[in-house]
Amino acid sequence: MSVLVFADARGGQIAKAAHEAIYYGKQIADKTSSTVTVLTYGDVSNEKLEKLGRYGAAKVLINKNITEDNDQTLTALAAEAVTAEGAKVIVFSFDPIGKVLAPRLSAKIGAGLVAGATSIPEIDGDTMTVSKNVFSGKAFAKYRINTDVKILSLLPNSIQVSEADANAGVEEFTPSIPEGRLKVKEVRTLGGEGIPLPEAELVVSAGRGLKGPENWKIVEELAETLGAATACSRPVSDMDWRPHHEHVGQTGIAIRPNLYIAAGISGAIQHLAGVNGSKTIVVVNTDPEAPFFKAADYGVVGDAFEVLPRLNEAVKNFKAAN
Amino acid sequence: MKILVGISKAPDTTTKISFTDGNTKFNEDKVQFIVNPYDEWYALVRGLELKEKNGGTVTTITVGGADHDPIIRKALAIGADDAVRINTEATDGYLVAKQIADYAKDQGYDLILLGKETINYNGAQVGGMLAEMLELPYVSIASKLELEGTKATLERDAQGGIEVLEGELPMVVSCAKGMAEQRIPNMRGIMAARSKPLNVVEPSETVALTEVVEYSLPSEKGDVKLIDPENMDELVRLLHNEAKVI
Repeated sequence: MSVLVFADARGGQIAKAAHEAIYYGKQIADKTSSTVTVLTYGDVSNEKLEKLGRYGAAKVLINKNITEDNDQTLTALAAEAVTAEGAKVIVFSFDPIGKVLAPRLSAKIGAGLVAGATSIPEIDGDTMTVSKNVFSGKAFAKYRINTDVKILSLLPNSIQVSEADANAGVEEFTPSIPEGRLKVKEVRTLGGEGIPLPEAELVVSAGRGLKGPENWKIVEELAETLGAATACSRPVSDMDWRPHHEHVGQTGIAIRPNLYIAAGISGAIQHLAGVNGSKTIVVVNTDPEAPFFKAADYGVVGDAFEVLPRLNEAVKNFKAAN
Repeated sequence: MKILVGISKAPDTTTKISFTDGNTKFNEDKVQFIVNPYDEWYALVRGLELKEKNGGTVTTITVGGADHDPIIRKALAIGADDAVRINTEATDGYLVAKQIADYAKDQGYDLILLGKETINYNGAQVGGMLAEMLELPYVSIASKLELEGTKATLERDAQGGIEVLEGELPMVVSCAKGMAEQRIPNMRGIMAARSKPLNVVEPSETVALTEVVEYSLPSEKGDVKLIDPENMDELVRLLHNEAKVI
C-alpha cells in the first residue's frame, strides 16, 4: 500500500508545487504507516528524480515514452499506477494539469476527490476529512471523502515543506495504455524570465491608481529587487495595460503568496477573493477609506509614485545590510 | 452541430457569505443568485458564437431544483435554444458530472462547454469527470476555441505558459477569460426566453462521493498597522522581523 503522488515534469523540471504535493503525501503516508510513490513522465534525469526523496518520496515511477501532457494518456497511466501500487490515497497539485487529471482519475476509478485541499487531512480509520477554500476564498469547508480510495489535489503554497536527507529509488513504469486523442501543437512560455505568478512567494501588484501602463516601471523595479512576481487588478488587464495572465481576483487567478503588496488597488470584494489567502498583505493607497485597508496587515496611506520607489530603496538597503 | 453548455447557480460576487444549520449549509437568505460567471460569460457565449457561425443548437444543462429556473431563463434570454434541468440537489462534483453524463451519453453532442470552475465551490472538477465518464478528450481552462469542421484548435493554461492543442470533436472544454465577451440579454431575448423549452428530467441513481461536514469563515483580520509613507525602512523592518516574509 502506498500514497501515490503525481508530479508534473514539464520541461524536464519538477515544479515547486510538485515538491509540496510529495511532502503532503508523505504527511499522509506517515499517518497511515505507508510510503510515498511518485508518478511522473517525460524527459527528467534520474538524478533529479532521486532527489525527490528529500521531500518524502520512497520510490519514483517514470514513463519516459510519454512526452506530452495528454489528459487521457496520463489518466490511464495514473490508473495503472494506482493498481500496481495498491494506492489508497492519490495526491495531485491543484495546478493546470492537476485540474485535468485528478477529476478524470476520480471518475475513472470512482474515488472521491477534494480539489484544492489546503490542510493535512485528518484520518480516523477509513474516514478522511480535509479542508479547502470555498466561495472564492471567502469561506472554508471541511469535506469528508466517502470512498475507500481517496484523491486530493493540493492548492499550491498551502503548506510549508521541509527537506530530509534521503534519496528515492527510480523505476521505469511502462504499462500498456491507449493513446489520448488530443495533440499538443505548441507550447508558449509567458514572460520567460519572470517568476510564474501562481508559484511566487512574493507578489507586487498594482491597479488603476497607477494611471497608465507607462508607469509600471516602479512596480517592476520593486518586484525585481524583492525577487517577486508582478500582478494586477481586473480593470488594468481589461484595459490591456498588463497581460491577462497577471490578473488576480475572482475572475482571474487566485494566489496565496507569503507577501502581497498592492498599490493603487481599492480592494473590491472580487479582487480580495483572489488574494485573501496571502499570508501578509501590504496596501498602498492615497485614499485612507479604500476598503483594501480592512483586509491588510500593513497599510501605507500615500502616493504609490512616491512610496514604491522609496520602498524599493529600503529593500535594497536591507538586502545590502543582510 | 449540437452544443451542450453546463450552467450552474452561484451567489452574486458581492454576497456576504454566512452559514446556517450548525455551519453545515450555505445561508441563502437574501442572497441574489446569478449564472456562474465562467459558465455564462465564456462557455455559453462561446457556444452561441460557434452556433451562429456553424449552425446548430445550444442547449444548457443544470443539475438542481426549481430554484434554479430563474438563472436558466437568464441563459435562455442570452440566446440558448433550450434548457435541461436534472431535478436533484447538486451535492458534489461527482454527482453533477454523473447526472450530466447519464443524460448526455445518447444525445450525440459535438461539444460540451463549461466554465473553468464555479465561484462557490471552486473545484474545477465537473468537466474532467464528465469527459472521463463519456470517454471524451478534455481541455481545461481554455482561453481559445476555434473550429474547422470537426477539427478543434484550442489554447489552454499550462504551468507558466499557454499550450496550443488540436483534436477532433466531440470533446469537453472548460472555458476561461479570453474565450468570449459577456453578452447582456436584450428585451427581445428576455421575452423569447419565457417560451423556450425548459425540460425537467428526473435524476439517475447516483450517490455523491464527498460531503461537506462543516463550513467556517476566516477569522477577522486584526487592525491594519499603518506605516508612515516617509518611513519605508520601518515597513521593511516589520516585514522581516514581525511578518517574517522577507
